[in-house]
Amino acid sequence: MKLTLKIWRQKNNKAKGELKTYPIDGIEGDMSFLEMLDVLNEGLINKGEEPVVFDHDCREGICGSCSLQINGEPHGPDRLVTTCQLHMRMFNDGDTIVIEPFRAKAFPVIKDLVVDRSAFDRIQQAGGYISVNTSGNTIDANSIPVNKHDADESFNAAACIGCGACVAACKNASAMLFTSAKISQFALLPQGRIEATERALNMVKQMDLEGFGNCTNTGACEIECPKGITLVSIARMNREFMSASLEGPLSNVWSKKG
Amino acid sequence: MAILSSSIARKVAMALSGLFLVFFLAQHFTINITSVIDPDTFNSWSEFMGTNGVVQFILQPILIFGVVFHFVMGFVLEIRNRNSRKIKYKSFKWNTNSTWASQNMLISGAVILAFLGLHFYDFWVPEITNKYINVVPDDPTHYYTELVHKFESPVRIGLYCLAFILLALHLWHGFSSSFQSLGWNNKYSKGLRGFTKFYAIFIPLGFIFIALYLHFNQIH
Repeated sequence: MKLTLKIWRQKNNKAKGELKTYPIDGIEGDMSFLEMLDVLNEGLINKGEEPVVFDHDCREGICGSCSLQINGEPHGPDRLVTTCQLHMRMFNDGDTIVIEPFRAKAFPVIKDLVVDRSAFDRIQQAGGYISVNTSGNTIDANSIPVNKHDADESFNAAACIGCGACVAACKNASAMLFTSAKISQFALLPQGRIEATERALNMVKQMDLEGFGNCTNTGACEIECPKGITLVSIARMNREFMSASLEGPLSNVWSKKG
Repeated sequence: MAILSSSIARKVAMALSGLFLVFFLAQHFTINITSVIDPDTFNSWSEFMGTNGVVQFILQPILIFGVVFHFVMGFVLEIRNRNSRKIKYKSFKWNTNSTWASQNMLISGAVILAFLGLHFYDFWVPEITNKYINVVPDDPTHYYTELVHKFESPVRIGLYCLAFILLALHLWHGFSSSFQSLGWNNKYSKGLRGFTKFYAIFIPLGFIFIALYLHFNQIH
């Protein structure tokens, strides 16, 4: 099939980018979206032009590297797939496809379609972990009873690959679906309860510091999430955060000390 | 206001103030609907609301605070949210993943706010002026006459209807959304969402009905 691509080209972090038009031919419906971009880049390299830079790694929908806002939707028009799993058969011959990077103040463009998503790493580092005794008397995780419902819900949340589609889809560029998935996967398990208070407080604080917007419950994120994380996670995070605010460390306003 | 510095705390505050206003709306509607059933009931209930000390000096300031808080916080959040994406998308298909009502709470909210301005100018300002500044002797039947008088103008009816359509859209998203913000998303949420959608249509439609009824049944 023949397509017209409008791709965001930006030399570097400082440069002002723009949409450039590339006609492309010979695209098969069985190709993935990234394979289509590979074909484009091969042509550009052969012509001595700079290839389009985009993030990718596993190309099987689990690493969370690929991104791309395709025709106004993160990971394109298909549901529950990442860009690498998006097939060109979702498009028709003669289509124009607009390809932009994920946009958010907290996701600055590095080059072309590649954005810096390390804000997510910093949110994760702020509390997305548990402490396990590894000093030789480690307790087998399976020896702690967990009910099926909680285990399933926790695994659903843990399916988040941190791709950033939720931020890209949100009109407010809010990272609440991501943060809530990372909080939920631990909040539901006994191992995660120990640090639950600090986790909720610190991860939300880091999320705010990174400059993401606030959630207004449009629900765009859960529709666009390639892993099917739902707003139930955000509701859980809100509960976790509210109870953590009441339990969390308080400065003693009544004492004269410090 | 350190307690409201976090994103989630603000979200919860929006939800709580919103729910309070939803509750107020039901109360306001209950009184207004009596105007089409029995003008005497409308007058006596309005007289109670207008003269009762608790309503006037405790509930009314709380209500005003609730309204002001809800829209100030709404604007504060909107500014932050807009700043979170400085470079806009060339192509952004919000309608494939969300409703117009959820995407445009600022627009519906601003229209409601403008309507509140008109509403204050129409009823509240003359009421307060007569009561506390000019000290006009209290006439317990003036409420109905005044209400009917206000609904004479077709322009006002038009503005009134428009504002209530936007209010319906605001409630359509906001009412059910406030439970999500409060972390209440569970097996009962589906039923609750049904109720909130019904409420979002029923109450504004009811207010529009009152306006049209009084407009077309003017007593001359």
